[in-house]
Amino acid sequence: MSGLGLRPPLLTGGAWRTRLPSWRDAGAIILVLAMLGLIGTASHQLTAPWVSTRQPQISLSPGALPLYALRTTSRMMLALLASLLFTFTYATLAAKSRRAETVLIPLLDVLQSVPILGYLSFTVVFFVSLFPASVLGLEMAAIFAIFTSQAWNMAFSFYQSLKTVPHDLDEASRSFRSSGWQRFWRLEVPFAMPGLVWNMMMSMSGGWFFVVASEAISVGDIQYTLPGIGSYVARAIEDRNLGAVGWAIGAMTITILLYDQLLFRPMVAWADKFRFDQTEAAASPRSWVLDLFRRSKLVRLGARPLGRALRVALYMRLPFPAERLNAGRAPTLRRVADFVWYALVLAVIGYCIRSLVGFASPTLRSRDVAEVLGDGALTLARVVVLIIIATVIWVPIGVRIGLRPKLAQRVQPIAQFLAAFPANLLFPVAVFLIVRFRLTPGIWLSPLMILGTQWYILFNVIAGASAFPNDLREAAASLRIRPWRWWREIMLPGVFPYYITGAITASGGAWNASIVSEAVHWGPTRLDGAGLGAYIARMTEAGDYPRIALGIAVMSVLVIAMNSLLWRPLYNFAAHRTRLD
Amino acid sequence: MNASAQNSIIELRRVCHTFKKPSGEPLVVLAEIDAMLREGEILGLLGRSGSGKSTLLRIAAGLIQPTSGEVLYRGAPLRGPSAGISVVFQSFALYPWLSVERNVEAGLDALRLPRAEAGRRAESAIDLIGLDGFQSAYPRELSGGMRQRVGFARAIVADPIALLMDEPFSALDVLTAETLRTDFLDLWIGHKLPLRTVLLVTHNIEEAVQLCDRILVLASNPGRICAQIPITLAHPRDRLGAEFRSIVDEIYSILTLRSLESIRTHAQAAVGVALPLPPASVNQISGLVEKLLSPHYGGHADLPELARTLALQVDDLFPIAEAIHILGFAELIGRSLKLTAAGKLFAEGATDERKRLWREHLLQFVPLASHIHRVLEERQVHWAPRSRFETELEDHLTRQEANRTLRAVTGWGRYAELFSYDAKLRRFTSI
Repeated sequence: MSGLGLRPPLLTGGAWRTRLPSWRDAGAIILVLAMLGLIGTASHQLTAPWVSTRQPQISLSPGALPLYALRTTSRMMLALLASLLFTFTYATLAAKSRRAETVLIPLLDVLQSVPILGYLSFTVVFFVSLFPASVLGLEMAAIFAIFTSQAWNMAFSFYQSLKTVPHDLDEASRSFRSSGWQRFWRLEVPFAMPGLVWNMMMSMSGGWFFVVASEAISVGDIQYTLPGIGSYVARAIEDRNLGAVGWAIGAMTITILLYDQLLFRPMVAWADKFRFDQTEAAASPRSWVLDLFRRSKLVRLGARPLGRALRVALYMRLPFPAERLNAGRAPTLRRVADFVWYALVLAVIGYCIRSLVGFASPTLRSRDVAEVLGDGALTLARVVVLIIIATVIWVPIGVRIGLRPKLAQRVQPIAQFLAAFPANLLFPVAVFLIVRFRLTPGIWLSPLMILGTQWYILFNVIAGASAFPNDLREAAASLRIRPWRWWREIMLPGVFPYYITGAITASGGAWNASIVSEAVHWGPTRLDGAGLGAYIARMTEAGDYPRIALGIAVMSVLVIAMNSLLWRPLYNFAAHRTRLD
Repeated sequence: MNASAQNSIIELRRVCHTFKKPSGEPLVVLAEIDAMLREGEILGLLGRSGSGKSTLLRIAAGLIQPTSGEVLYRGAPLRGPSAGISVVFQSFALYPWLSVERNVEAGLDALRLPRAEAGRRAESAIDLIGLDGFQSAYPRELSGGMRQRVGFARAIVADPIALLMDEPFSALDVLTAETLRTDFLDLWIGHKLPLRTVLLVTHNIEEAVQLCDRILVLASNPGRICAQIPITLAHPRDRLGAEFRSIVDEIYSILTLRSLESIRTHAQAAVGVALPLPPASVNQISGLVEKLLSPHYGGHADLPELARTLALQVDDLFPIAEAIHILGFAELIGRSLKLTAAGKLFAEGATDERKRLWREHLLQFVPLASHIHRVLEERQVHWAPRSRFETELEDHLTRQEANRTLRAVTGWGRYAELFSYDAKLRRFTSI
């Protein structure tokens, strides 16, 4: 008896192994914070305040939008490439080396809990100091911000795949005496491909939000604008031009649709051939672009030399250094090496603690900590309340849609599109309304946090209800189970794992969005809803690095705590409960 | 056993069921079915996969409304799931997140009993079905047999008078299935349940003969009743007894006849291309042809015996036998399979010889294969999209059948090296 097909497609494995936070996580938090702090302060001292003499003028004419959209998209692409490179190296190292794994995986857990816009505050200074008086540094800072929104879950998915390569396949390729390098490209990467592509798609959806947010930023003295849709909207906000905001929303819509059709559908259709189970899927993903490419003689002719070069490069008999190290060592030597390794890690963490103290003690007082904790509690309350509201609204709707296959087919792409759409483009509209009707910012700014990520709940619940086994529905109908019990004991437990998957994404997104949604402005009018996001935004504008770091640290800890104390147990509970084998 | 009791509990009158094809045309699944579930009998509904027998059960259960015709339950029209009718599912359909006890109690929800009363009745059903001690277990902790017992307990807990069972034993291993069957028969014969009638849908001929008082044989495309066989043997029935065997043989003969008729009508029609091909692989076909040549059979095998010795169900054996018949390597006569001269050559030949024969026969006897071959030869580019043939077939076959036929012809044609198929581009290419 196989499973019921109730297991959600994403996040199976990945970051969601049962693993209680341990001293390793504490070490990882310290490492990440120290890294950020060092980068921030060091580069801040290196450069003179960066005053741009040639700030590019952003034109609000709709005719300029295609070019802006193109620039925004290229940033996205470059970040995706960087993420892939990171995935292939970082995750491989973690999977292949036992010692590296003990550090890299907790580190990855922390890295993905740090609010993405938090990285931006620190890395802008760093990249600007790398390329002083050049736009290159700013471009790289923006790309890095997008990278941080994409890389972590891709690396996790890849790591997880490498760890679960079927034993027989691995043995088969060993019996062919393939080298480590060959095995990597012939077996491990193909095996990981479907999961990786799926995670890339999820990353991209999230990425639009941050690419828009990272194009117009001011950190302390540094103010910059990079031509793109994000800066177009920033300018529109300054000019209080609601029409221009509308144009930008339109341009973004078209961009995302094109991106999906031209890049992602082909990739998903292509990755389908790496599916491990050998049954023929009833409906394999298709893409007209991929068909076009595959059928075109010209493309095939052009691709042939490239394919040949790739084959030569990827199938070279290179061993992996890690394997050579691990092969045939005496156990005592291994133990000594382990000892040296852990000692080194401890030393680094110790150094980090010292430098963090040195970084924080001159400015931070206990009053600051209390203030940040208060703000954190406020934002936490907002996240919880918003997730509950979104759940109450979207779960019943999602179930009803999901149980009607035709409707689900039509609604599902829309929900996925809405999840990918950068909600921050819509903020100005909401802010305009709040200003117009003099609403309380503390309450009415909150929904913005979940504006973009609530759709993850909707489309996961739709997916869950669509996948709900037909025989279980028929059994319920045949037993004439009454509505209340039907919801409580039949439907809700059935979609629960899917809902959790969606809620995890939604809550992570809400934390991230708090930095741009708790404090907003419309022209010269400023609205501050208080909370941790608003705190970080205020400190970023002021360039107060120790306080930014404090805010980010508290937010990261809150996110990690919520994940390991709430979501992870719930996820495992759900996955366990709906299992039938 | 109660052939005289004509009291009908559920009655199907001229029931038709159609699905809508993607093109909008109706696709008839069940045509003009008249059937009656009588008081005191176990009625068997026997058919091969795709004959619409599960759909018929769902119509009788009120889970599906028929496109036309009516269903009477104790004389009144049935408009949906009703008290007194319950269903046992092939897949058990247990809720994995509910314990055995809660799963069984779900069957009582419609009765609005007080909590304690519900618990008491669930407990006694659990007792009766032999699940005592498993109350707090979750379905995942149970073996297949125990899971289906939960399915039974849930179905009988509300004291239904009609029990509709959709292949209840087919997901179980042979031994477990046998145990559950005899346990069920004991309950039924001993009148330990208030049940007054049972419908058993199955594709297992021996199971039907073992349990039922009357069997309706369902023919496919569209599903219709093609034979009714009363069984008056006393329980417990001896599977090896002469009478038992002769009923089994009779059913095999009926099914073989249906197969031959279906092949003949399709082949004779102006559109031979649309002859539906059974889902049998080259290896299965070769294996069975070789088996026929073995000294034990000497080129002539009885289908019931083949099924028994090879441990094959009707749904496994018939497609292979039909494929061999279509390809002309053996002939289906009565209820047996007789090797032809070409079949003998094929079974004895080495790979090259086999491929040559296969190719010849494919071109000669499978119009679709020669059609694809011809189209590829005629076209300048030497390839043709799969969709082209798919549309041609869908004019005459259901989408599912068209797909199955294309998949079969693809495998057969690849083996014959008649044409090849590119799954990425979904097109046939000539070799």
